[in-house]
Amino acid sequence: MAAFALVALSPIDPLQANIGQVALGSMSAEQVARLQAYWGVGQPLIGRYLNWLSGFLRGDLGVSLLYRQEVSQVIAEKCANSVWLMGFAWCVSGVLGIALGVTAGVRRGRFSDRLIRGGCLLVSSTPAFWIALMALIVFAVWLGWFPIGLSIPIGMDAARVSLADRLHHAALPALVLSITGIPNVALHTREKMVEVLESDYVLFARARGERTTQIVLRHGLRNILLPAITLQFGAIGEIFGGSTLIEQVFSYPGLGQAAVAAGLGSDLPLLMGIAVISAVIVFGGNLAADLLYGVVDPRVRKGGAHR
Amino acid sequence: MQRSDPILEVKGLSVSFLQYGRGMRQQLLNVVHGLDLAVSEREIIAVVGASGSGKSLLAHAILGLLPYNAHMEGGCRFRGEPLDEARLRRLRGKEIVLVPQGVSYLDPLMCVGAQLNGGEKAPDSRRRTRESLARYGLGEEVERMYPFELSGGMARRVMIAAAVRNTPKLVIADEPTPGLNPEAARRILGHFREIADEGAGVLLITHDLEMALTVADRVAVFYAGRILEEASVADFMQEETLRHPYTRALWRAMPQNGFQPLAGAQPYAGEGQEGCLFASRCPLRSAECTKEPPVREIGNGWARCFHAGERGKADGFDSGTNFVPV
Amino acid sequence: MIRKPNRRQRTLLLLFCSVAALSAVTVAGGLLSGQAMVTDFSRKNLSPCAAYPFGTDWMGRDMFARTLAGLSISLRIGMLTATVSAFVALVAGFCAATLGRAADALTGWMIDLVMGIPHILLLILISLACGKGLAGVVTGIALTHWPSLARLLRAELLQLRECPFVRVAEKLGMGRLRIVREHLFPHLLPQFLTGLVLLFPHAILHEASITFLGFGLSPEQPALGIILSESMQHLAMGRWWLAVFPGALLVLAVSLFFTLGENLRCLLDPGSVHE
Repeated sequence: MAAFALVALSPIDPLQANIGQVALGSMSAEQVARLQAYWGVGQPLIGRYLNWLSGFLRGDLGVSLLYRQEVSQVIAEKCANSVWLMGFAWCVSGVLGIALGVTAGVRRGRFSDRLIRGGCLLVSSTPAFWIALMALIVFAVWLGWFPIGLSIPIGMDAARVSLADRLHHAALPALVLSITGIPNVALHTREKMVEVLESDYVLFARARGERTTQIVLRHGLRNILLPAITLQFGAIGEIFGGSTLIEQVFSYPGLGQAAVAAGLGSDLPLLMGIAVISAVIVFGGNLAADLLYGVVDPRVRKGGAHR
Repeated sequence: MQRSDPILEVKGLSVSFLQYGRGMRQQLLNVVHGLDLAVSEREIIAVVGASGSGKSLLAHAILGLLPYNAHMEGGCRFRGEPLDEARLRRLRGKEIVLVPQGVSYLDPLMCVGAQLNGGEKAPDSRRRTRESLARYGLGEEVERMYPFELSGGMARRVMIAAAVRNTPKLVIADEPTPGLNPEAARRILGHFREIADEGAGVLLITHDLEMALTVADRVAVFYAGRILEEASVADFMQEETLRHPYTRALWRAMPQNGFQPLAGAQPYAGEGQEGCLFASRCPLRSAECTKEPPVREIGNGWARCFHAGERGKADGFDSGTNFVPV
Repeated sequence: MIRKPNRRQRTLLLLFCSVAALSAVTVAGGLLSGQAMVTDFSRKNLSPCAAYPFGTDWMGRDMFARTLAGLSISLRIGMLTATVSAFVALVAGFCAATLGRAADALTGWMIDLVMGIPHILLLILISLACGKGLAGVVTGIALTHWPSLARLLRAELLQLRECPFVRVAEKLGMGRLRIVREHLFPHLLPQFLTGLVLLFPHAILHEASITFLGFGLSPEQPALGIILSESMQHLAMGRWWLAVFPGALLVLAVSLFFTLGENLRCLLDPGSVHE
């Protein structure tokens, strides 16, 4: 576990140090000057990297060039906006994905299975930003149900924004992000469900007179939930990627949009900070999945206790 | 032996799969073919056949639990009445039960007790579970165990307990002994004898003729999806009372009877289904064996062979290498 | 005897149709790229009609030609990057499985590295490092899509090497090269081919996404991501066709690739003989 933590965290940093150097060539003179001041010109690559690393370990991520603020402060602010969006989408896509996957697996080969599989294929071959665009056209422009962008009404003082306003602005992006997360977990759950239903123990359960609904609820869910939740934890990275695109379309001021802005504006300290944060989130997801296995699966739990 | 009305009657049962051959052609694979069988009260019928001859499918077909891509023909009667889908659904697990092969037939993530209860929470159901487990020497602590914690013999006993918990009329046991030492295997088979003596019919599916003979009343010899001979256990006392050349070859392959192996392998389903399926390995093969062999009743049994009951050319069997495998 | 074609025949038919459709788009788009750049202000902002089925934009460019040209660019970039990625995966998987523990650890570490950061973010980083533009996009996508296939191939290879028939071949003194050619290669090829085809849609989607965010090709080129990101500024004015048609066509092309991959997998997988 510790080894994995190191692997997941450390390799990101040299990468960014490299980028810092190469990207220098493509920047304006002013930016170069600013960066030179920040990094210390002429320092070798390793030195600069160590410099950044030691700063990072002390909790100092540097100063964002775009926002003129501490990177950690910018990230904290953007994170607060994104966490709700991503958290909501993560839960909804998980629940819906598992439900749809189970349905499709149980009704394998029938109409509802084909419908669900077709839908999943369609969504997974659609770029997230295009779904967002379509949602904007239909719900915001044509129907006028939701505002077109931003997390708060334009021109309103941040302190006076009500919770309802915030929800109203976050609803559409969150829904779109949820939809993009469904196919992955739904298709895997379906495969797993089909596998479970073809398994020996389900055959024996049927032979003992258990009905299909009973089998799905008692044996199906029991054997499916763990892999599905593990998968969903692993999909946090995908949700993060999707949120980058969707925040851009809805001009929702979250982490993803900040990353794009930082990339386009060559704001390296901010971009690096975001990369590290996202790696931590992805790693956290994998760690959570591992821990969950240990707690829930009796084979791991009891097996460990015996040894 | 005077036999009562059969509990289970199987008539003309066939199971087939649609399979792709090389390229784009599809062919129908007959895995079980035109099978007749009857099981009576207080009787153990052993269906004996080599691995891969389609025995398990026979068990699953009777229970109506074939995979979705299988096609079934023919039918069964249970206690005199046709066994259709609806009736099966009512009887499965109650009057007709299955004892499966191994621990993979238990849900790996569910405690043994909960699996046996089958979702019923009534105290009566729990009591029955406890009693049936206790009957096979399994204590209360087993109820809280997960399948991976059970030994092979314990898992077998758990599955028998699961089957007899509702005092069934028909028990279908699919290979209940492999992987057990002879001692444990004999004990398990003894349990089936008890169940039969209490009034149920037992269909015992196994590849182990020697084991089957210690416990069964009648033996049906299964080969490449068909039953070639049905004989009482007494017929196996000597070679002469057996009817089919294949049964005789099996008899001779038993350790106490010379341990002579039969060369060759049984044909794979779908390979040349014309005529007698055993012909390619048969010492008595003649020209007519390319035609469908008749069923000949001899004494207290029957065989599906042109040469049923004929004395084989003994020397032809002395060395298996005389026969060219398919 | 006339009968309904069986599933394999249908699959094969579908396979040919999708390949034909995709190559038609690629070629047509390439031919139309000149027409896609023509601006004509007398016909700007037309909604879809008979002459311009996809309408025209604010510079009077024919959206149909632009969409096809854009799709063609996307498909070509997608195929190029997916192929490069697949070969990276092949080499990585092969090294990990055959060159001993150190190589295995190194590849595992590289895979974790690439998978540890969300794709889009990594794409942004790489395209920045390479300087924005075509080179950045191509390098980025080629370098980010290999890990899952590499993992699959590595696992497959390790399993194959332990297989009895390979062990027997080794014991019989068969040369390494011959074992690879006669025993390993035939098993890996189907996996590799389906993996390659299933990489296409991902590569295309990521290309469109990264271009959409503004990191990809230069704005003059009619890439799909650029078309769609330009269309965003005109959405509020109700010019829906600028976004709907190009996107729908992209979805169609990508889902064709997905079906292609799945069908190929079905045909090559020996487990599919039973229906």
